[in-house]
Amino acid sequence: MNSLVLIAVLRSTLRQSTPITLGALSGLFCERVGVINIAIEGMMLTAAYMGYMTNVWTGNLILAVIVAVLSGGLMALLHAWLSIHFKVDQIISGTVINILAVGLTGYFYQPGTVTKGKLQSVAVPVLTDIPIIGDVFFDNGPLTYAAVVLVFAVNIILFRTRWGLRMRAVGEHPRAADTLGINVFAMRYINVVIGGMLAGLGGAYLTLEAVGSFERLMTNGRGFISLAAMIFGKWTPFGGWAAALLFGAANAVQTQIQFSGDVTIPHQFIGMLPYVLTVIVLAGFVGRARPPAAIGRPYETE
Amino acid sequence: MHRLTNIFAGRVGAGAIARTVMIPLLAVFTAIVVGSVFMLLNDYDPLAAYGGLLDGALGSKRAIARTILNSVPFVFGGLSVAFAFKGGLFNIGGEGQLFMGAVAAAWVGVAGTGLPSWLHIFLSLLAGFVAGAIWGGIPGTLKAFTGAHEVITTIMFNFIGIVFAGWLVSKGGQGQKPGPLVDPDPLNIVPRTADIAESARLPLLEWGREPMHLGIVLAIVAAIVIWWLVWKTPFGFGLRMVGLNPSAARYAGVNVAGNTILTMAIAGGLAGLAGTVETLGRNYYFAPNFNVGYGFDSIAIALLGRNHPVGVVLSALLFGVMDAGSTRMQLRAHVPSEIIKVVQALILAFVAANEIIRYIYRIRREREEAAVPLSAGWGKR
Repeated sequence: MNSLVLIAVLRSTLRQSTPITLGALSGLFCERVGVINIAIEGMMLTAAYMGYMTNVWTGNLILAVIVAVLSGGLMALLHAWLSIHFKVDQIISGTVINILAVGLTGYFYQPGTVTKGKLQSVAVPVLTDIPIIGDVFFDNGPLTYAAVVLVFAVNIILFRTRWGLRMRAVGEHPRAADTLGINVFAMRYINVVIGGMLAGLGGAYLTLEAVGSFERLMTNGRGFISLAAMIFGKWTPFGGWAAALLFGAANAVQTQIQFSGDVTIPHQFIGMLPYVLTVIVLAGFVGRARPPAAIGRPYETE
Repeated sequence: MHRLTNIFAGRVGAGAIARTVMIPLLAVFTAIVVGSVFMLLNDYDPLAAYGGLLDGALGSKRAIARTILNSVPFVFGGLSVAFAFKGGLFNIGGEGQLFMGAVAAAWVGVAGTGLPSWLHIFLSLLAGFVAGAIWGGIPGTLKAFTGAHEVITTIMFNFIGIVFAGWLVSKGGQGQKPGPLVDPDPLNIVPRTADIAESARLPLLEWGREPMHLGIVLAIVAAIVIWWLVWKTPFGFGLRMVGLNPSAARYAGVNVAGNTILTMAIAGGLAGLAGTVETLGRNYYFAPNFNVGYGFDSIAIALLGRNHPVGVVLSALLFGVMDAGSTRMQLRAHVPSEIIKVVQALILAFVAANEIIRYIYRIRREREEAAVPLSAGWGKR
């Protein structure tokens, strides 16, 4: 493999991992306060659509990203309302959101719309001149940078701030947290909505940075792959990021093989790679890490 | 304890049935109303739309026949999800299982040429069931032995199954060999299997002049078998026990791992049969391009039917009506047929989160129902 191919694969790895990184952080925010979020897929899809349509109508990319993030948060608010207020089973509530997202984006989607552009790569001065590393890390779109920055930020929030300590307390032992004066419901609501906004940023990446257009069902399972990445990463930001990079690499290699042409393996099998990898990762690692103890259970005051 | 024994014995009175039916009916009604709001937002006429829908689905004998045929795969899919639910498992993998069932049935339907018809049909049905059962059974096995949650693995198996079935009938080219099951006829440019033999096709029932294949009978039989299996057999008792409380079931001597695998395999087989009847009764070949969103529809049907076979059959008919009528609706009121997906999603939302319905219509919860917990965490149970 020559260095140009290597750079192409590494660049593509980082980019393909971006929505999964953001999805994993989204899952993390919800699960650390004890709410399972299988609706990352639906939140991403809604945000991807809303961001895209905002871009079509206004041509303002920054506004489009904001709308995408907010619509992800709005879907998360619905998830929170159902699962925290009404105590609907969190898996059911998540499924409702996934299906609603498919239905609504499918109905309101107008084929044939065009945008006025997408987020362009920004090269970081000086750093981009470093051989290989510069090309891979310092010449990306703004949301790709944002995802990496958020990994570090979430790690600090979760393990170095009072807010993070409270999150973990609510996720591990809500009763004890309640006794100490932490508002369990508020913590869950707020963090689930933040999680939705992170998924929304992942959706924004898809339509506003990666492709610049919307297709029905375009998230293609990324929300679920994100969940697997979060579990593989043992509910930590860096772990989730590493897992997301692994999935990104699987995607990048898959694309590279399909482009290079002369392979005898049917391309369908190569296309299955990320999905098979998700199953293997889940089967191999889910039992090895301990999820937050209160996960999946609605909190009831006495 | 009385409550529990009543549930286990399936003993319910007329009042309880009224309460059971009320929430699904209100959910459907509310979803239709909210759907109208979405239509008004886009300047469509909801009355014309729903009128067209009903006319297209029930307006003539032919329309009714199409509605019933549309309902058949929904019955199997709804049963699949409902059955897994009873065992505390969430099968979102209906779509992949349907593809695997459909392609396996087509394979036997083509390859078994020369067999007597009854045997050929039986073997084709069996192949479809087994293929679906494998596609559901693998996630079940992973759940039982590693704790990988079936919600994620079945979704992944949807993608894998659809791509795999697509490869089986792919045309090849650009250095790629054609798939092993693709129609060898060079005149056929569509990626699909050859037509299945006459002997594998489901017999047509005479209903006026409208063709109606045996699938509807098979669907009813499947509903009865599932009812019997869940409520009248020791296996079903164990299944429901695992569904309500896996640790208690284990303590009572139920083989939780084995139960989990078998539950997912049977659920997968049922969804596989949905694809099978479409291949053997309607299309007479397999092409990897049908039934997008089938797995999600099945979840809505199971929940709307309150995970009971009778409820599933009725809900499947409702979904059959919506599918059959959506074309006429689009023609008459120019509403994109996707609105049906929105209404179906809303129905699911309202039945799954029936607290919303209770809240809107001020219905009090009569008593705590024993709910099957799905979100008990990610690990083994």
